[in-house]
Amino acid sequence: MDIIETIKNQLESNDIILYMKGSPQMPQCGFSARTVQALMACGERFAYVNILDNPEIRENLKTYSNWPTFPQLYIKGELIGGCDIVTELYESGELKQMVAAAVGKSA
Amino acid sequence: MNIEQFIKDTLATDFAPSFMEVLNESHQHSVPKNSETHFKIVLVSDTFEGKSKVARHQLLYKNLDAALKGGVHALAMHLYTPEEWKLANAQSPDSPQCMGGSKKEPLAAKRASV
Repeated sequence: MDIIETIKNQLESNDIILYMKGSPQMPQCGFSARTVQALMACGERFAYVNILDNPEIRENLKTYSNWPTFPQLYIKGELIGGCDIVTELYESGELKQMVAAAVGKSA
Repeated sequence: MNIEQFIKDTLATDFAPSFMEVLNESHQHSVPKNSETHFKIVLVSDTFEGKSKVARHQLLYKNLDAALKGGVHALAMHLYTPEEWKLANAQSPDSPQCMGGSKKEPLAAKRASV
C-alpha cells in the first residue's frame, strides 16, 4: 500500500494516535516522553507508532502534516500538536476533554 | 552566520515580536559540544492573533525551514499574542530533559529527520 494511504488509514481508524520516538513504556526522547505522560494521565487508550522503527512513515508524515518534528498527536484525524501544545492543553484541562470526547465520553 | 543568529534574525524580521527569546539548549542533549541542534523559542507577536496553536507552529517551521534542513533537530516553541503573554505572567515552560534517543540513530538519519 502507498505510504500516504497507510498514514491516512492509521489516522482514520484510530481516534487517538501518537507518532513518537520509542514506545509509551520506553520513550526515546524527552519531548515524546512528556507528551506520552500527558496523554496517559487522561486515562484513555490510544494507539501509537514508533517512528524510529518506521522511517518511511516518519519522512512522509512530516510533509503530509506540514510538521517536521516528532511527537505528533492526532485526535479524530486532526493534528493537535507536538510536545509544547499537548503539554499546554493538558495543563489547561482541555486535553482530557478532547480525549474523552474522542472516545465518546463526556469529561 | 550561525544558526542561532539566523533564527533570531528571521523571527525578528518575520514576526516583529514584542518579546523574543531564543535559547540554545543543545548542551542538554546527547550531541557534541557547541552544537546547534536544540533550541527553545519564546515569541510574542500580534501575528499570532486569530491563529490556532498548530497554525502558529507551522508558520515558524516554515520560516525556519533552512535551520531545520541545516541540522536543527528540535524546536521547543512557546508562541503568544501580547494578550496571552500577559495572562501567562510573561513566563514560558521549561523544555523536557533529553532521553538520549538520537544516540541510537545513525547520524545521516538524524540530520535528515529532525
